[in-house]
Amino acid sequence: MNLIFGIFLLTLMLITGIAVVRAKNLFVATTLMGIFSLLLAANFFLLDAADVALTEAAVGAGISTVLFLSALSLTAEQEKPCYGGRLVALGVVVITTLALLHATLDSPRVGDINAPVHQHVAPWYIEQTPILIDVPNIVTAILASFRGYDTLGEVFVVFTAGIGVMFLLAHYPHKKPHKPHQGLRHYLIQRLVGRTVIPFILLFGFYVQFHGDFGPGGGFQAGALIAAAIILYALIEGTDTALTVIPSWLLTGMVSGGALLYSGVGIAGMLMGGNFLDYSVLASDPVAGQHLGILLIELGVGITVTGVLLSIFFAFASRKHF
Amino acid sequence: MEYLGLYNYWIAVVLLMTGFYAVIAKRNMIKKLIGLSLFQAAVFLLYITMDKVEGGTAPIFTADGAGQIFSNPLPQVLILTAIVVGISTTALGLAIVVRTKEEYGSIEEDEIQQMDGQETDSNEGSPKNSDFFVSARKPRAEDRNV
Repeated sequence: MNLIFGIFLLTLMLITGIAVVRAKNLFVATTLMGIFSLLLAANFFLLDAADVALTEAAVGAGISTVLFLSALSLTAEQEKPCYGGRLVALGVVVITTLALLHATLDSPRVGDINAPVHQHVAPWYIEQTPILIDVPNIVTAILASFRGYDTLGEVFVVFTAGIGVMFLLAHYPHKKPHKPHQGLRHYLIQRLVGRTVIPFILLFGFYVQFHGDFGPGGGFQAGALIAAAIILYALIEGTDTALTVIPSWLLTGMVSGGALLYSGVGIAGMLMGGNFLDYSVLASDPVAGQHLGILLIELGVGITVTGVLLSIFFAFASRKHF
Repeated sequence: MEYLGLYNYWIAVVLLMTGFYAVIAKRNMIKKLIGLSLFQAAVFLLYITMDKVEGGTAPIFTADGAGQIFSNPLPQVLILTAIVVGISTTALGLAIVVRTKEEYGSIEEDEIQQMDGQETDSNEGSPKNSDFFVSARKPRAEDRNV
């Protein structure tokens, strides 16, 4: 049953993906991309990747669509027809596709337990997580503790991208008389539905943040969810109202504060006699230290991701047309 | 049935190349970024496909689950962070597109290249330049003086 459903979802994804590229109207392409992300999330769930499915649903189907739409409102909605050069591109793509398809014939079948990817380091992680870290969610244990360096790097990439967007869009060539953005305040249904769901999205976001050790979740997913709730609020009530709820100085503080908290935990480990990002020394009991460290760095990740996604959204949304 | 186990990989390959086609063949910069997202999504699918173990469950310990088989958690960790990094870098790309639109008045690659060609042919501010090109230059100079 799972196999048939998986094939069904994958085929739908293929159709949507080709429709995205063929669509001349960029608004249509963006909307299709949202559908594509949701199908991808469903597929991840079928493939046992609950954490990834949660992230893809929040980021790909939610925030990414909003960002593309706000960029479209500042540029152009229609793609201009282009001529020439297509056949060469098509030729390259077809030849590469055939070569890659040929290469897949040698790869292990889906679900094969003897595949090389399951032989290397993953069994060690699964075996050692209950002993060394003792949190039920192995994904969180690897993300936050075993491979904490990677995650720190990713957080700094997110941080850098956020700073880059602010640099590019915070500068206004000429200021026009400021007209406050009204949002959807005059649309009764959207406003009512939005106001009803926002508290629940926020609550779910915090649950995902602090329950990430036990179930699917963690800082990345929670950051995306909380940012989605506030973006929804900004869409309904207008950007200016949302900026009084979360002022921009707070956002800037969150962007850098989360990354600082993460590296701070690492340095605290060094000061207490361990290695960088070694949480075992943070408490008297190594396992309790791991729990404390994971909680703190997930909090740092959540704060930075929320801050960066919201800063990016506000940078796009508060930019006026020229 | 033998080849059905490869269907995930095939879809990932075709999606990868669909996204790649949009990146190289389309002139519209937003369309290129959408293609790049598609490319990225195909890579995510490839990685997550590899984590599946037949009869396994999501890698989370439950209270009564002794002897459970878990799917591989490592690709999940890699892709989990990659999704969030992906949206941040896409946003950076979109910001560059928005600034390009403000400077050039277009997001079509060939039109922008044409304008760049004009700029090197004729000196800046000469009457040859099109109307919006001048207007796009002006505010920048004013802004610097302020």
